[in-house]
Amino acid sequence: MQTEILISADEFCASHHIEISFIKSLQETGLIEMTVTEDAKFIRTQQLNQLEKIVRLYYELDINLEGIETITHLLQRINNMQREIISLKNKLSAYETGE
Amino acid sequence: MDFVDYYKILGVDKNATQDDIKKAYRKLARTSHPDLNPNDKGANKKFQQINEANEVLSDPEKRKKYDQHGKDWQHADQFAQANQSRRNSADQQFSYDSGDGDFSDFFESLFGGSRGGNSRQTKFRGQDFNAEFQLSLTDAYTTHKQTLAVNGKNIRITIPAGIENGQVIKLTGHGGSGVNGGPAGDLFITFSIANDTAFKRSGNDLQLNVDLNLYTAVLGGDITIDTLGGKIKLKVKPETQNGTKVKLTGKGFPLYKKEGQFGDLFITYSIKIPVNLTDKERELFTELSRL
Repeated sequence: MQTEILISADEFCASHHIEISFIKSLQETGLIEMTVTEDAKFIRTQQLNQLEKIVRLYYELDINLEGIETITHLLQRINNMQREIISLKNKLSAYETGE
Repeated sequence: MDFVDYYKILGVDKNATQDDIKKAYRKLARTSHPDLNPNDKGANKKFQQINEANEVLSDPEKRKKYDQHGKDWQHADQFAQANQSRRNSADQQFSYDSGDGDFSDFFESLFGGSRGGNSRQTKFRGQDFNAEFQLSLTDAYTTHKQTLAVNGKNIRITIPAGIENGQVIKLTGHGGSGVNGGPAGDLFITFSIANDTAFKRSGNDLQLNVDLNLYTAVLGGDITIDTLGGKIKLKVKPETQNGTKVKLTGKGFPLYKKEGQFGDLFITYSIKIPVNLTDKERELFTELSRL
């Protein structure tokens, strides 16, 4: 069985000087997912990058949660399009070289 | 080293209040923040300028020094000496990298290191970098280690067998340096796989056209073909038709990160009609045609 590394939401908040209510509101809006065991809430390590990015957008740039939701969605679309462009370029290159 | 007009960078006048500066900074930072411009080096550089301008103008003490000596920075000897002694001091706590990730030479000459004592500075994550890596299909068939040179640093990575054309691998922390001690960004490597073989790859399956001479096609026999995993011997059934496809299970491309698992190899026979017939051959073919 694979062991999943979890980070306590309380510890994350303490180290980033943010309120736990902020994390909870992110969970409510679906921007992050948390693992709940008994009374404690945990964050998956895979979510750390996304969570830290959200924290920066919220606290450093004063962007509200609705704005962050929109940005996250648009960045994901840009990312997907960039991957598609790379894939299409490679396919085009394969056709051009007559493979 | 040129004079840097921080007021111009933030688009505020010299009488701007702290609130004006904060608003201007936030507005500009929202357009060029590395998190919002993951593949834009220009935006990252602009963001660093904005950040540097904010660093100076939002701090009353620094702003005062800048207003006093900013334009005459070349003559601000007292600052230069003070900064020099601070940089030489044994208890210097910040390492300064003069690369793209920190403040300008102008800032340094006026205020010393990029973190001139303001412990409340905002930390920003570095920019994500994108790189493309060319790989041959033969190389992609096996897991191997590769050293990449990214921004002057050598990074050793393992490329798992079966990597797809256009697939992206993320190397956490190998992107641009963070600003004000923020974490480094990530490096995204896109693999572009050039086909150096006679095989056509379709996902994990391979396709190969094999020329078959007329006699083997008619009478059957054994042939040897080269696969990416080595030579294999095949039995050709008698009376094999042109365009016949044969599936060789597990002889295709390795599955990504699934050791020991392979796709299939599909062989299409292309029967070659003999040319430049000898008199004897022509005679025998004529005889056959009359049967």
